Amino acid sequence: MSNEPRSAAPRVVLSADDVRRAITRIAHEIVERNHGPADLVLIGLQRGGVWLAEALAAVLATIDSEHPVPVGALDVSFHRDDVGLRPIVPGSVTDIPVPLAGRTVVLTDDVLFTGRTVRAALEALNEYGRPRAVQLAVMVDRGHRELPIRPDYVGKNLPTSREEQVAATIEGVTIR
Amino acid sequence: MKHLLSIEDLTTEQIHHLLELTDHMVEVSSRPIPKVPALRGKNVVSLFFEDSTRTRTSFDTAAKRLSADTMNFAVSSSSVNKGESLRDTIETISAMGVDAFVIRHKSSGAPQMVTRWTNASIINAGDGWHQHPTQALLDCYTIRTALNRRDGFDGLRIAIVGDIKHSRVARSDVQAFAALGAHVTLVAPPTLLPPSLEGWPVEVSHDLDSLLPDLDVLYLLRVQRERMDDALLPSLHEYSALYGLTAARAARLAPHALVMHPGPMNRGVEMVVDPGELPGSVILNQVTNGVAVRMAVLFWLLGSGSDLKADA
Repeated sequence: MSNEPRSAAPRVVLSADDVRRAITRIAHEIVERNHGPADLVLIGLQRGGVWLAEALAAVLATIDSEHPVPVGALDVSFHRDDVGLRPIVPGSVTDIPVPLAGRTVVLTDDVLFTGRTVRAALEALNEYGRPRAVQLAVMVDRGHRELPIRPDYVGKNLPTSREEQVAATIEGVTIR
Repeated sequence: MKHLLSIEDLTTEQIHHLLELTDHMVEVSSRPIPKVPALRGKNVVSLFFEDSTRTRTSFDTAAKRLSADTMNFAVSSSSVNKGESLRDTIETISAMGVDAFVIRHKSSGAPQMVTRWTNASIINAGDGWHQHPTQALLDCYTIRTALNRRDGFDGLRIAIVGDIKHSRVARSDVQAFAALGAHVTLVAPPTLLPPSLEGWPVEVSHDLDSLLPDLDVLYLLRVQRERMDDALLPSLHEYSALYGLTAARAARLAPHALVMHPGPMNRGVEMVVDPGELPGSVILNQVTNGVAVRMAVLFWLLGSGSDLKADA
């Protein structure tokens, strides 16, 4: 990370309302693609993707209240290819609420960048069983992939330079 | 952080950080396949110059769950018996490419010495009467989990009972418990206390019975029978009568109070009652948590990149 001074104020790309609408759209896309929410499980990548999994589950519950979708969280720290370069964030422990065998897993993350976190997540998931399929939902796809990984559901495609920082939360998406 | 030699070397923040990291390792251990690739390619060598079952097995299991390669160096069948010095042993094994040595030695300070002879990380698995830092960390983790004290031990009352003088567990535990804010009382006959307790953040008592109702944790140490020759105790029977955990004493503990023991236990001496029948016994939790804590330590030293945090 460079120490160059940045423009102080982050630029707002999506407002909280935009994020909410994107989540609603993605939830409907998930239902459409999978012919209903039965046998789905949402798993957020620690820590940035957990809120998205929870928000999607809330919308899915309004679409089909008979099939509540379980929500989990996955910490990929021990599977990264850059183990040793990043500290582990305390409190971001994995929680897989149901057996994954036979289910369709929708992984969620806030920002898709190089794809390395998702690669680590796919490997980590293997330790919990063999899902029928794994799909990927992200709030922002900012490009610069370093691995052959693509999202199935995207809130916003956002062209960026490598140096820019993107933050995506339920409050909105900003870039600086 | 390169080595783990003593609890004294850790800041309170670092202790908290290791305990938080242990949460992750407990989760890894609970997976259907309890193994992650985090330390793939790292070589961890155990060098035990003193007997041990649980500590050695615990470190071995921890390293394997993180996918490290492990090598057990059996001192009894090694060139140490041909008179090879500790330094030559270390330098020889180091030359094969070692990332961490886990060392237990009868001499206090031996692990510290070894740091000069190798570039590998050194983890102290018990040196003489001095330190046993991973035991203290697993004890802290066990209390933290059982009493739900994630933020620290402020106000907790812990008594450590037994042979304090010869106990590296007591030395390490006192420092760790006190660093987290607990109030520690040592209970022992005068012959089994160190000659000076100056600088120890503890109180001392010779009367276990008056303390019992107020304790949150009763920590029993092993009576080291090999010390009996030194005439420090009149008899095991007398020790048991004054300091052993009998059914009558167990009944006077608070309902939430924990009973802990580092093992191996002397049944009928310090542990008169069957620990399986004590509702507050967390002795087996200590063993289980030991693996997770040692995973956290190995990962912290060899793989975490938490230097930012640890050395800040």
